[in-house]
Amino acid sequence: MSKIHVSATVNGDPVEFLADPRETLLDCLRDHLDLTGSKEGCGTGDCGACSVLLDGRLVCSCLVLGVEAEGKRVETIEGMAEPGGELHPLQRKFIEHAALQCGFCTPGILVASKALLARNPDPTEEEVRYWLAGNLCRCTGYDKIVRAVMDAAADLRGAA
Amino acid sequence: MAKDEIKTPFKLVGTRVPRPDGLDKVTGRARYGADFSAPGMLFGAVVRSPHAHARIRKIDASKALALAGVKAVVTRADFPTGLEGEKWNLQDNAMAGDVAFYDGHAVAAVAATSALLAKDAAKLIEVDYEILPHVTDVDEAMKPDAPVIRAGAADYSVPEGMPPNVVRYLDFGHGDLEAGFAAADLVRERTYKTEATHQGYIEPHACVGQLGADGKGEMWVTTQGQWYVRWMCAAVLGLDAAQLRVTPSEIGGGFGGKTTVFMEPLSLALSRKAGGKPVKIVMDRSEVLRATGPTASASMDVKLGMTKDGTITAARAEFRMQGGAYTGLSPVGEALQCAFAPYKLPAVSHIGYEVLANRPKAAAYRAPGSPMGAFAAESLIDEMCRELGLDPIEVRLKNAVTEGDKSSYGPTFKSIGLKEVLAATQAHPNYAVPLGPNQGRGVATGFWFNYNGDTSVSMAIAEDGTAQVAVGTPDIGGSRASLGLMVAETLGIPYEHVRVNVVETGALGVNEPSHGSRATFASGKAAVLATQEAIGEMCRRAAAEWGIDPEAVEWVDGAAQPSGPNAGKFPPMPIAEIAGNMSATGGPICGHWQGLPEGVGASFGTHVVDVEVDPETGKTTVLRYLVVQDAGRAIHPSYVEGQYQGGAAQGIGWALNEEYVYGTDGRLQNPIFLDYRIPVASDLPMIDTVIVEVPNPGHPFGVRGVGETGIAPPLPAIANAIAAATGARLRHLPMTPPKVLAAIRAGADG
Amino acid sequence: MRYHCAKSFSEAAEIAAGAPGITRFLAGGTDVLVQLRSGLVTPDDLIDLKQIPGVHDISRTPEGGWRIGVAVSGAELGEHAGVKADWPGVVEGMGLVGSTQVQGRATLAGNLCNGSPAADSVPGLVAAEARVTVIGPNGAREVPVEEIPTGPGKTSLGPGELIAAITLPARGAAGGDAYQRFIPRTEMDIAVVGCAVNLTLTGETIAAARVALGAVAPTVILVPEAAAAIVGTALDDAALEALAAAARAAASPISDKRGTAEFRTHVAGVLARRVAQAAYARAKGDTK
Repeated sequence: MSKIHVSATVNGDPVEFLADPRETLLDCLRDHLDLTGSKEGCGTGDCGACSVLLDGRLVCSCLVLGVEAEGKRVETIEGMAEPGGELHPLQRKFIEHAALQCGFCTPGILVASKALLARNPDPTEEEVRYWLAGNLCRCTGYDKIVRAVMDAAADLRGAA
Repeated sequence: MAKDEIKTPFKLVGTRVPRPDGLDKVTGRARYGADFSAPGMLFGAVVRSPHAHARIRKIDASKALALAGVKAVVTRADFPTGLEGEKWNLQDNAMAGDVAFYDGHAVAAVAATSALLAKDAAKLIEVDYEILPHVTDVDEAMKPDAPVIRAGAADYSVPEGMPPNVVRYLDFGHGDLEAGFAAADLVRERTYKTEATHQGYIEPHACVGQLGADGKGEMWVTTQGQWYVRWMCAAVLGLDAAQLRVTPSEIGGGFGGKTTVFMEPLSLALSRKAGGKPVKIVMDRSEVLRATGPTASASMDVKLGMTKDGTITAARAEFRMQGGAYTGLSPVGEALQCAFAPYKLPAVSHIGYEVLANRPKAAAYRAPGSPMGAFAAESLIDEMCRELGLDPIEVRLKNAVTEGDKSSYGPTFKSIGLKEVLAATQAHPNYAVPLGPNQGRGVATGFWFNYNGDTSVSMAIAEDGTAQVAVGTPDIGGSRASLGLMVAETLGIPYEHVRVNVVETGALGVNEPSHGSRATFASGKAAVLATQEAIGEMCRRAAAEWGIDPEAVEWVDGAAQPSGPNAGKFPPMPIAEIAGNMSATGGPICGHWQGLPEGVGASFGTHVVDVEVDPETGKTTVLRYLVVQDAGRAIHPSYVEGQYQGGAAQGIGWALNEEYVYGTDGRLQNPIFLDYRIPVASDLPMIDTVIVEVPNPGHPFGVRGVGETGIAPPLPAIANAIAAATGARLRHLPMTPPKVLAAIRAGADG
Repeated sequence: MRYHCAKSFSEAAEIAAGAPGITRFLAGGTDVLVQLRSGLVTPDDLIDLKQIPGVHDISRTPEGGWRIGVAVSGAELGEHAGVKADWPGVVEGMGLVGSTQVQGRATLAGNLCNGSPAADSVPGLVAAEARVTVIGPNGAREVPVEEIPTGPGKTSLGPGELIAAITLPARGAAGGDAYQRFIPRTEMDIAVVGCAVNLTLTGETIAAARVALGAVAPTVILVPEAAAAIVGTALDDAALEALAAAARAAASPISDKRGTAEFRTHVAGVLARRVAQAAYARAKGDTK
């Protein structure tokens, strides 16, 4: 089975890789680009651990083929902090609120939360919960995650 | 960092410091099981039985092996024979022998140069099955004419004449049961059922295994216990344990399900057959659900006697549990031991049956057995409280055990905090919130023993006076933070000056996994004792420098100092100074502790839940949730709260929606997260917590262990709340909308 | 598996017609990729439609309705103020398909072609009298949306045929539609029962109505008896009871892991009542 050459932009950097057409974008990020921050928890779009932004739109990278990334902009957890290392307020608040236990769902939840705050800087608790309904967390009961997102939103509003 | 309201004599213990692995985990850098690679690595895939029970007549891998890039295929023929007991269980579960015992049972595995190729090759392996009759339900499996799963598997405990799938029998208790029931004003007996649930960690099992012809091997794996992986793989493959080095990755949740092995021995067997190349195996979600650790399903009878004032006079439990096709794995004993543990009982009897069934081998799941026992016992207590018009917390307070009481399961309780928990629950504002129509409040209590286990910890002082700690318990929910706090507190240095490392099997003596709520208790106690050894050495170095008796030196605020005016007059010698001179004063400064830490402290918790039930659809919404639990001491309160909240969420899932659904063909019907319905963010309210601290005298800082207890109370608490809201009593989990609606429509007693 | 990136519908139809094995079209991919990954369906040819000009567009039809391109995602549909104002029931049905992440990819046409009787977007489309443009080797044809699914996982599309767009009619005055589903959780589940109601009013009285039910038959069904129960009424209690009874009578569900037949039948009536009230309120302009 021949592979297809793909050119894309990942976290602002140009990348190229060869993808088997059956490989998902998640496979390509993890196996071809060594970006293992996006996780596979289900492979069926039910857990959100592989969340990335594709041309600015929040998607499960397990439900996108690698070949579909041709010419597109992909943003992953690895691109969330500033290039110099300064954390995004969401990342800071997740540590501060102990919003992670095992941390496996954390990259996907951070990416999804960032997409939420970009479109809704002042979400209610209910809006946060429904937006993140596709991001499963088995450790925390979501309490501290929701609090961290709300607090980061307040922080970002204050900074704006 | 601000300390909480709770007053402690400590500077660091009890503060909410940032966890040391936080930065790695919010940036995607932390490496989990599937994130490891090795040069020359191959990829494995597993062929699994689609049948619940089938004889394997023949396996033909010729087509798979003919594919370019396929390097090895293994079947049971590649494993040693003659294993017994749990070693045989592990081997047979990892790779079926003559018979596949459940849908998803591994029958062959293949290694190839890419993951896609391995999957393609697995599809080409032809297995000829003879389908056998199967049974998956625990009550069906108990019947005398049920399909026999493994003849002769019963152990010595099973009396003559039991049905063929009963493999273990338990009978324990104390007191005069008949007299107890005779003394009661109200006696009720009910039957309850719980379905199997999965731990549901979001990270699937993953490993990279490498094994050479010389018997030396390495493994990188997501696990709760690297030494367990080592002995289990060594046993299954007939290796020398010390020749296998196992390194734990960051772990994406375990909840007990990662305390055993599944495909790990297969990666080693494939590696050996492929000339020692490393082999990576990553399960997909359906493999996780079909073939890894669900908990047992249970069928339970409970009988209680109660006087009009709420005193429990006698209790009897008869529990039946299936834990798959292997013996010794259903937590029926723990379920019985936990069921009545909160109560002082003059007479109690426990009967247990472990039953084989064609389901995956049960693994530990958070407080194994306790949730089932609590569901049965706490539901019946609530039902009787309602019948007698008594407050459920008052009744629990009246019967609550305290220090010195004989427990329902035998031993006498040491210092425990159940009464304090109940009092705090009663005083909490949630218990007084007015309820609206179709709403109801439920209360229930839960118990876990907590645990110690084999423990080995080393620590060392670095050249600049900072400290490193090597522990063997993988960090699932923030234990590196709590261990770091305890070591820093003991040394009297900043928390940031301590690094806690979870190390590979070559670096320490045998450690049990992070299970049984033991990491902060056992590794914590060992780390403190190891640190005290290093402090002793630093005091000796200072004493030598000063020319005084080491006994006359004490350790205060990170420095050695003379213990009093008679000891000599020297300025304190700080840790950095002692460390800086260590090479000249006797070499490295280390501390070590190994053993079985004594002084485990049991933990009780009480939950209060408010629900609203839609009377037209039977759908239950959790409106409000409160967890009150005795932590002994909260080393890091945020992660204690996190354990309470996480346990409650898992219990809520178990109560309302989660279950293994088997078809009449014995196949699992819901092997994806779409249909194995764990709670999502919008299903839950904020989960309020109260940390009660009745310090455990058996731990230097009073730790009991907090992980397990919280999963037990939600099952009965929600059933009790639904009964309060609707008048319908649900005795079979999960309480799905169809079941609740049917119970409502059937009248008060469903 | 061969991956093709079609530049026109005729090219896509041509590739599909000439393909010897299993063919799948890729719009949102949220079903195709799951089936591929699980090994359930590995297409020999996968034809990506997203590069075809116009497939991401939502445009007004000359009749005053909306034409929705085949690759418009649920998220894009939900952000379209015009469609949302006219057909909130259609939009809310699509909005219930999967998570926020799935919304970023999933499409109306994909949800329809997956052939699931529980598809959340389909009852709303059926109730709205939506039509689909089918392009195939023999050109284009217009088909009522309810004629596409023929059974679980099956459609009436012939070899080489694919959907190019979905067209919603003009809303007209004093109309309202709504969709609700029953699921055991709050999100992320497949509908146990789904119901859409579309109605128009003359004053307080329902002048016309269409009621569609999901997950109670092998396909989404239109229930004229349920509509008849409320036409000519102001949705009083008697009309609601008659509606519920008609919805239950039309339901012929199966029992499976997601719900029993008895439960589904009962809930079909409950939902029909609730959804009709929501649509009625919208038609009156009380809510959106």
